[in-house]
Amino acid sequence: MSTGRRSFLKALGLTGLTLAAGKEKVYGSEAKSDTEFYGVLYDSTRCVGCQTCEVSCAEANGQTPPEDTPEAGKVRKTTDKYRTVINAVQTENGEVYVKTQCMHCNEPACAAACLTQAMHKTHEGAVIWRGNKCMGCRYCMVSCPFDMPKFEYHSYNPKIEKCTMCNDRTQKGEKPACVANCPADALMYGSRRELIKEARKRIIENPGVYVDHIYGEHEAGGTGWLYLSAVPFEKLGMKTNIQSKSYPELTKGFLYSVPTIFILWPAILLGIREGTKDNNKNDQENGQD
Amino acid sequence: MDRTDITIARDNDGKNIIQFILKELKPKGKWLTPFNIISLPVMLAGLVIIVVRFWKGLGSVTNLTQEVPWGLWIGFDVVTGVAFAGGAYVLTFMVYILNMKKYNSIVRVTVLNGFLAYVFYAGALLLDLGRPWNVINPIIGNSFGVSSVLFLVAWHFLLYMIAQLIEFSPAVAEWLGARRARKILSGMTVAAVIFGITLSTLHQSGLGALYLMAKEKIHPLWYSEFIPIQFFVSSIFAGLSMVIFEGSITHKVFSDQIPEKHHSEHDSIIIGLSKICSVAMFAYFFLQIVTFVHGKRWAYINSPMGYWYLTEIIGFVIFPMVLFYYSYTRNKVLVARIAAIVTMLGIIINRLNVTVIGFKWDEAVRYVPSAMEFIVTLTVIFAEIWIFRWIITRMPVLRESPSWAKDQH
Repeated sequence: MSTGRRSFLKALGLTGLTLAAGKEKVYGSEAKSDTEFYGVLYDSTRCVGCQTCEVSCAEANGQTPPEDTPEAGKVRKTTDKYRTVINAVQTENGEVYVKTQCMHCNEPACAAACLTQAMHKTHEGAVIWRGNKCMGCRYCMVSCPFDMPKFEYHSYNPKIEKCTMCNDRTQKGEKPACVANCPADALMYGSRRELIKEARKRIIENPGVYVDHIYGEHEAGGTGWLYLSAVPFEKLGMKTNIQSKSYPELTKGFLYSVPTIFILWPAILLGIREGTKDNNKNDQENGQD
Repeated sequence: MDRTDITIARDNDGKNIIQFILKELKPKGKWLTPFNIISLPVMLAGLVIIVVRFWKGLGSVTNLTQEVPWGLWIGFDVVTGVAFAGGAYVLTFMVYILNMKKYNSIVRVTVLNGFLAYVFYAGALLLDLGRPWNVINPIIGNSFGVSSVLFLVAWHFLLYMIAQLIEFSPAVAEWLGARRARKILSGMTVAAVIFGITLSTLHQSGLGALYLMAKEKIHPLWYSEFIPIQFFVSSIFAGLSMVIFEGSITHKVFSDQIPEKHHSEHDSIIIGLSKICSVAMFAYFFLQIVTFVHGKRWAYINSPMGYWYLTEIIGFVIFPMVLFYYSYTRNKVLVARIAAIVTMLGIIINRLNVTVIGFKWDEAVRYVPSAMEFIVTLTVIFAEIWIFRWIITRMPVLRESPSWAKDQH
């Protein structure tokens, strides 16, 4: 019986917690979404596809430099070896480039999915992976709408690889490697609020140049990386079916029902058991066992 | 009752427990049975593959990709296997909560089946973990990812295994002749049952909720916010179909273990279960219709995936539902058995549609499980059957409890 009682108390505690946390989230979200998370603004109209970001990323993270180059018609993907890639796309405006890496969502699906908090959103806004906690279940990969966490399938001690927004560099006050080395000024590091302001300014000050949309402002509840483009984003091969609510929102309803069921079920089940005890008596009277 | 080839097991009666266990550990019965001849080579091959998997990484034996990180081992072993193990919570609900004494004789074997299913499918989960040495992190320590559905599912697996062990433990105590322990353990049964049903409700649906965040990745005919409740409702008839299927086999294979009285009861038990199945399947079918209309899914029907969806719903939900209905109105046990098999195929199809077939259905390179993944899956199933057989031929699961246990109530 003690297990039952303890779990009941635990559930009670959890309900309180969820209720409290839930409230905080509802009131806090407005103010929070644009606070001091840091991110990067990527302006694809300025990008020249030189791959300096790829090379400097590989250097900063001790990985192998890229072996192939962007070509229109070929889709390069980030893998467990390359945390960022540049793709070339042929459009009516000529060849344009688009960079791919983890988007660093404001409310990341991967971090909500992680049952060990190995995927973690830092206060500065980077989504990082902590190997000492990760058990390699790959639920982050299932959940990420951008398919960004990559798994080392050919290692006995596999890591999850993805852009960390150079968390160790930014902690020291440096910019992420790709931003610091971009020769075309296509990347800008700053607080999300400043970046959105800057992106709006560019759209307004250069009429006709940009598509009137900042990719990442609302996608997946807002992301740390923000994109500007001269052509519609689906032409760049970017996912445009991303919902504007955050992804953890999708499991919230289910998770909230958990404490309710934990309280109601045992009580109801006990009640039914008591209520049906008569069946038992009738059976015995009828001579069954 | 004196059958020839296998002697019916005897429970320990006052002997030294260690000596008794040592004696029981020895194999019994014939070795060269068809099942052994098929299962042993497969299990050996499976073991080799498992060694390679831990040595060279998951990619060396599976076809998993960066886009499809969960394949057969999760989609079939865990998600489908746990649905089939749902019979345990449904039956304990019927017997201990609704006091339906008729089903008493199959509770033990069903709980044993459920328990082993969880042990082995949780084991299969360990094979799939890239860094299994950290599996302890969500259980102890300071790394609780409480916002994760998987955290809930992991805890529930663990707690439910303990609850099922408690539910089954009186059988072990009877086998060992531990009278005092049996009295204490059987006193905990009802608490374990209530706890277990609560846990099952949550993690059967939780397995569906795992996929809620993969909104754009699952074909819209299978993705909806109702996945959790669909998984829960379908686990009722998935579990009971498994009980019918497993019961039909065990009553043949281990028929000498079963008292005459239970043999004659079994048909009426199957008919009773098929009644519940057909009602649960109707509820499930109704849920599917609601989801279909609510999700405006007409648009997707005229496509290969649409036809596949119709096959699942018509061929593997409506058809077995009608069969179950027919079997209990006409009292046809054979039809109920066929219906159970069709239902189980339908559950496999449904779970794989959500987790593998409909997952990233639009990807250029599709994930198809490798032969080695299938062999490991078979290894897990065979290993479970081996242990199941070992326990059945020793402990009082199908056969009657020793007479002292009956007086203990």
